Amino acid sequence: MSREEEQRVDTQRRRFLGVATAGTVAGTAVGSGALTLGGLAAAVATDAASAPRTEPVSKIHRWGMFVDASKCADGCTACVDACDQENGLNLQSEPHGSNEAKWQNQRSVWIRKVKLQDRASGHVTNLPLMCQHCEHPPCVDVCPTGASFKRADGIVMVDRHTCIGCRYCMMACPYKARSFIHEQVDQKLTRAPRGKGCVESCNLCAHRLDEGDISTACAQACADENHHAIVFGDLKDPTSPVRQAMAKQASRQIREDLQLNTGVRYAGL
Amino acid sequence: MSKRIVYREWLIQPERYWGLLAILATVIAIGGASALYMEHEGHWVTGMTNSVVWGLPHVFAVFLIVAASGALNVASIGTVFNKPAYKPLGRLSGLLAAGLLVGGLLVLVLDLGRPDRLLVAMTTYNFNSIFAWNIFLYTGFLAITIGYLWTMAERKGNFLQRPVGIFAFLWRLALTTGTGSIFGFLVGRSAYDTAVLAPMFVVMSFAYGVAIYMLVLLTSFAWDGRPIGPKILRRLKNLLGLFVAGILYFTLIYHLTNLYGAKSTDFESFLLLQGGIYTLMFWGGWVLVGGLLPLGIIYHPRLSTDRNWIATACALVIAGGLAAMYVIIIGSQAFPLEMFPGKSVLAFGAPGDIGGAVAPYMPTLAELLLGIGGVAVAMLIVSVGIRVLQFLPESLSDRDMDGLVEPV
Repeated sequence: MSREEEQRVDTQRRRFLGVATAGTVAGTAVGSGALTLGGLAAAVATDAASAPRTEPVSKIHRWGMFVDASKCADGCTACVDACDQENGLNLQSEPHGSNEAKWQNQRSVWIRKVKLQDRASGHVTNLPLMCQHCEHPPCVDVCPTGASFKRADGIVMVDRHTCIGCRYCMMACPYKARSFIHEQVDQKLTRAPRGKGCVESCNLCAHRLDEGDISTACAQACADENHHAIVFGDLKDPTSPVRQAMAKQASRQIREDLQLNTGVRYAGL
Repeated sequence: MSKRIVYREWLIQPERYWGLLAILATVIAIGGASALYMEHEGHWVTGMTNSVVWGLPHVFAVFLIVAASGALNVASIGTVFNKPAYKPLGRLSGLLAAGLLVGGLLVLVLDLGRPDRLLVAMTTYNFNSIFAWNIFLYTGFLAITIGYLWTMAERKGNFLQRPVGIFAFLWRLALTTGTGSIFGFLVGRSAYDTAVLAPMFVVMSFAYGVAIYMLVLLTSFAWDGRPIGPKILRRLKNLLGLFVAGILYFTLIYHLTNLYGAKSTDFESFLLLQGGIYTLMFWGGWVLVGGLLPLGIIYHPRLSTDRNWIATACALVIAGGLAAMYVIIIGSQAFPLEMFPGKSVLAFGAPGDIGGAVAPYMPTLAELLLGIGGVAVAMLIVSVGIRVLQFLPESLSDRDMDGLVEPV
């Protein structure tokens, strides 16, 4: 092959590579464009289907809870069981080959029954502990993608579409309220979607609120047991049961020193 | 007139070079397979739990990222602080910094719950998050380092070397401050809620970066039969000694600050006295192996002139650095969140769910292999870089170097 021929071949090859690259880029762009359009169409369809819930949540309400620890019965786990049922947490299965003790610390938990003893007096207190729905939530501040967010009505939750599973929110939360999904999820409920590699926590049964039902599974279960230790409602409405309860009794926030202005308040602690 | 510095590709025998690449590639492949395994099964196969949410991969990732910014210091001393003796060391410094950063970031990203959503992380930002700032600090660091290398290697860009060098130096300070602040701004945890972590990370980065730099320099020069003069080696090891002493100083301040505030005394007694593995890692790893032993070697009249001992000191600083990261990252998570002062936690959820007690954490093999894979990535980048491009000076012997003899 002469030198000129060699050069010609070379330029042809270059041109081919150029065209191939451009083709690939264009193809990818068209492909992703189509995907986006498809996604939009799907989004529109879902929006149409869920028309009654399209009204955005507003700042008029701030949902919260009042917990009277003196009414929280020792040994009762009604709130925890109800939450597990409501949010599909009971559907989690321990992965084959996992260690039981470790699994208890890896499975997702939204609400816990905590038992405390005063070191000076020996007095024992029981209380339910869940996401405290802070006004200034540290988990929302640290989330790099904004997946951890606070709704206008004060509910702190995770957007499972943008959570990358970095777990920085879990590092930041002072209440150990968040759980990371450590395992493959086989079964889940439509109202509480769940996926491996994302973080989640109590959302004050937002699906109920969005349907106009002002209650949470835990508060309802507690009332059903006749304990009435958990009262749920609108913190901004002076006539709401939660505000009435708070007016009658002194309450405090857990880790008040952090000044997070939590949406969950405790009495008898 | 200054002496001419000649740079040459790494000229070790092909068998040796390809053998090294094969080993590194194997280690990387194993690390990649571990990441895939963790991703496929989910994080339950690691030692991580809802209590200890960041495990061994973070120890490696943060160490590599911190060391990356420190590795660039050698170049900064040459161009920013105008020390001619450090000029020939600049190119390797930039390459090593870029390599370590890429290795560290890979480990960080592969340990995400959803690494497939990296694009989300790069397109959706919450600018209140220090993590989000760090994404810019890291990618910016990489771009600036590459630009900095260009100004060092290309004659047409030489005049930009100093301004770019100063910019890179300021950027790396911001980067390590940012990395330290990832932990320093976590108000909820007893161990972290202190601003002293940020400057401590800066000093740590100086030490770890220089230690890795010296090991890479000594090894690559020895394999290739290139000379390193005792004078430049003395300067580098003295520099390392200064930084190691700096770490010990900041460690002291960190603990004194915690001990002074009554709310952190429980954490201090855990870490310094009763923390089991963490106490051992702190005193044995962070303070002794990473601090006192290397200082002893570096300032020993006889040992400090032996390059094998100097290399040992560097290796000790690196080992101690990993131990320090283990204590900072994992020890601080294992320590229970203090939610109810004055009260003992009798039960916290279902039995086995941890709260109010020290959380157990035992790293699994997959985590370790992923971390080591990141180190291998950094080493692969450096090996290929110095082989194909002119990063290494031909000689660092005393008579070929500028600035080692004081003017009469």
